Amino acid sequence: MKNSKFVTKKWLNILRVGYFLAIRQIKGSNKATTFLIVFIMMLTFLNLVVVSGVLIGLIEGGNKANKEQYTGDVIITTLSGEKDIGHSHEIENTLAKMPGVGNYSVRYLESGQIEANYKTRRDFSVLQDIAGTQVVGLTLEDEEKLSNISKFVVEGEFLNENESGYILIGANLLYRYSAGFGDFFASLDGVYPGDEVKVTVGDNTKTFIVKGILDTKVDQVSLRAFITKADFWRLVDRPGLNANEVAIRITPGSTITADTIKSNLVKAGFAPDGKIQTATEAIPDFLNQIRIAFGLLGNVIGMVGIVVASITIFIVIFINAVTRRKYIGIMKGIGISEKAIEISYIFQSIFYATLGGLLGVLIIYLLLVPLFNAYPLDFPFSDGILVAPVDGTAIKFGLLLFVTIIAGYIPARNIVKKNTLDSILGR
Amino acid sequence: MIKVKNLTKTYRTKDIETPVLRGIDLEVPEGEFLGIMGKSGAGKSTLMYQIGLLDHPTSGEIVLNGINTENLTTEERTQIRLSILGYVFQDYALIPELTASENVMIPILMQGKSGVEAREISRDMLKKVGLGHRMDNKPSQLSGGEQQRVSIARAMAHNPKILFADEPTANLDSVSGQSIIELFKDLNEKGQTIVMVTHEEEYARYCNRIVYLEDGKIVRHTTQKQ
Repeated sequence: MKNSKFVTKKWLNILRVGYFLAIRQIKGSNKATTFLIVFIMMLTFLNLVVVSGVLIGLIEGGNKANKEQYTGDVIITTLSGEKDIGHSHEIENTLAKMPGVGNYSVRYLESGQIEANYKTRRDFSVLQDIAGTQVVGLTLEDEEKLSNISKFVVEGEFLNENESGYILIGANLLYRYSAGFGDFFASLDGVYPGDEVKVTVGDNTKTFIVKGILDTKVDQVSLRAFITKADFWRLVDRPGLNANEVAIRITPGSTITADTIKSNLVKAGFAPDGKIQTATEAIPDFLNQIRIAFGLLGNVIGMVGIVVASITIFIVIFINAVTRRKYIGIMKGIGISEKAIEISYIFQSIFYATLGGLLGVLIIYLLLVPLFNAYPLDFPFSDGILVAPVDGTAIKFGLLLFVTIIAGYIPARNIVKKNTLDSILGR
Repeated sequence: MIKVKNLTKTYRTKDIETPVLRGIDLEVPEGEFLGIMGKSGAGKSTLMYQIGLLDHPTSGEIVLNGINTENLTTEERTQIRLSILGYVFQDYALIPELTASENVMIPILMQGKSGVEAREISRDMLKKVGLGHRMDNKPSQLSGGEQQRVSIARAMAHNPKILFADEPTANLDSVSGQSIIELFKDLNEKGQTIVMVTHEEEYARYCNRIVYLEDGKIVRHTTQKQ
C-alpha cells in the first residue's frame, strides 16, 4: 500500500516535471513550425473523419431520404407471396390508438403501365410510349403528414382530394429526368403537366391528366405514379380493400422507439398479416454492405493520413530531440529522470494532436456538417451528407492521439536512452 | 565523502583501446575544496565524470557519501545525481528556453517540491549568487559570468553533498572568473565539498588540495596553506 502510494507520487512528479518542460519547450518553439504541425494534425483528423463520413453519407443520405419520404419510422409491407396486408383496417384502428404513433399513411399499390403520346402516334410500327410502374393510391392528407410529399413536386401541382382523374408521375418515369441513367428505366417522352396519359392496371385502362411531376432520389417515389385513393379503387378491380403499405411516423419528441412500435404491432398479432420492419431493417442489405465497404474504404484512406501524421510527428520530435540532445544530456546529468524527459516529448505530441484534433472537431461540427446538411452532395442516387457521429469522431480523435503519442515517444526514447556524457559532450 | 579505488577508464573503438585513467586512488573528505589539474588529455575531466556518475568506469570502485556506486541501476544513479551531487559545466549548460529561475527550479521540482516552493528556493539561490534582478531572463539574455552563476545556483539549489565543477571559469573573462571562484570559495567555507577541474593556477590556489594528473594517473598532491 505504502509502496503503491510512493510509486503513484513518483509518477505524478515525473508527469509534473514532464509537463513543466513540455510547456516551456512549446512556448519557446518556432510559432510558424508549431502552426504547421497543428495544421497537419488538423488535416489528418479531417481526412480521418470526413472522407469516411462523406462516403458513408452517400448511403446514409439515401437512407435518411428513404425514411423521410417512404418508410417512415416503421413500415408494414405485404408478406412474400401475399397480394396485400391482411386486416389492414384493424391495423389502422390499432395505430390510431397506439401511443407514440404520430401519423401514418396507408398506401394501395398495383402494378400497371402508363402510356403517353398515344394521341400523336400516327405510325403504328413505332413502339408505343409506355412505362411500367406501380400505381399508388393515397389518402393525400395522411401521406402529406407522413412524407411531406407535395414538397417534391417539381412541375405542376400536387393532387387534390376533391378532384378526380389526375395523376402525379415520378420523375424517373420521364425520359428528360432519367436520361442520365441510360436505358435503365423505360421512360416516357415529353410528358408535362396537363398532358393526358393512359393508365392500365390489369384489364382496366383509364385516362388521367398529369397534375404534376415528383422528383426525389427515393426510387419508391420517383419511379411510381400516384393517384387519390378514390381514383385507385375506380381503376383497380381486386377483391377486398386491404392496403399494400402502411408507413408509420413516431410522434416527434416521443421517447417511444421504432422498435417499440414494431414490437407493439407484433404483440397485437399483426405479424402474420404483413412484414413489419423498422426503417433501419427496411434498408436493403446491399446498401448496408455498401455502407460497410465505404466505411472501410474511408478508414483505409484515413489510415494513410494517420501514418503520414505519425511520420510527421516522429520527424518533428526526432529533429527536436536530436538538436536538443546536449540539453537532454544535461538534464539527465543534473538528475532529471529519463521518464520525465520522455514524457515532456509525449506531452508535446499530445499538444499537437489535441490542438489539431480540436480544430478539426470545430471545423467538422460548426462548419462541415451544417454545410453538408444545407447543401448535400448531389449524387444521382442520394443527397450525400456528412456522417460524423460523436462517438465515432471521439474514437478517431483517440486513435490520432494514441498514434501521435507512440510516434512522439519512440524518437524521444531513442535519444534519451543514449549515454548521458556522450549527449552532453555531443559525441 | 568520496572514495575512489583503482579506477580505470578505457575508451574503446573498433580495434583501438585508449586508456584514459589508469588506476586512480583518491579520497575527498567532507568539506574539502579539491582541485584536479593536469595538461590537456591528462584525464581530469574524465575522472570527474566517473566520480560524478555521468559515465561508467571500466573498473574500480567509487563510493559517494557511503554509497558504493558499482552496481547501481541507471535510475539509481540519476537519483543520486539529483539528491547528493551538483554540477557546474564549463559551458554553463543551461536550458535555453527556460528562464534563469526556471533553470534553477527543475532539479528542485524533480525532487518533489511544489512549484511555489521550487520557485522560492530558486529565487533565493539566484539572489545568493547576485542575480536577483535577472531571474526572468533567458540564458541568451545573460552574460557568460551571469550564466555561470545561474549554473551554480542550479547546482546548489537542492543542497548537494558534493559540487562538481568542470573548468567553470574557462569561458569567462578574468573578472567574471574571479567572482565565480570566490563564490566557490564562499560556498566551501560554509562547508560545501567541491571537486573542481581547472587548468588555471590562479584559480586552483583557492582549493584546499590539488591533485595533478598525468597520463591518467595522479602524479602529485599538493595541499594549500590557507
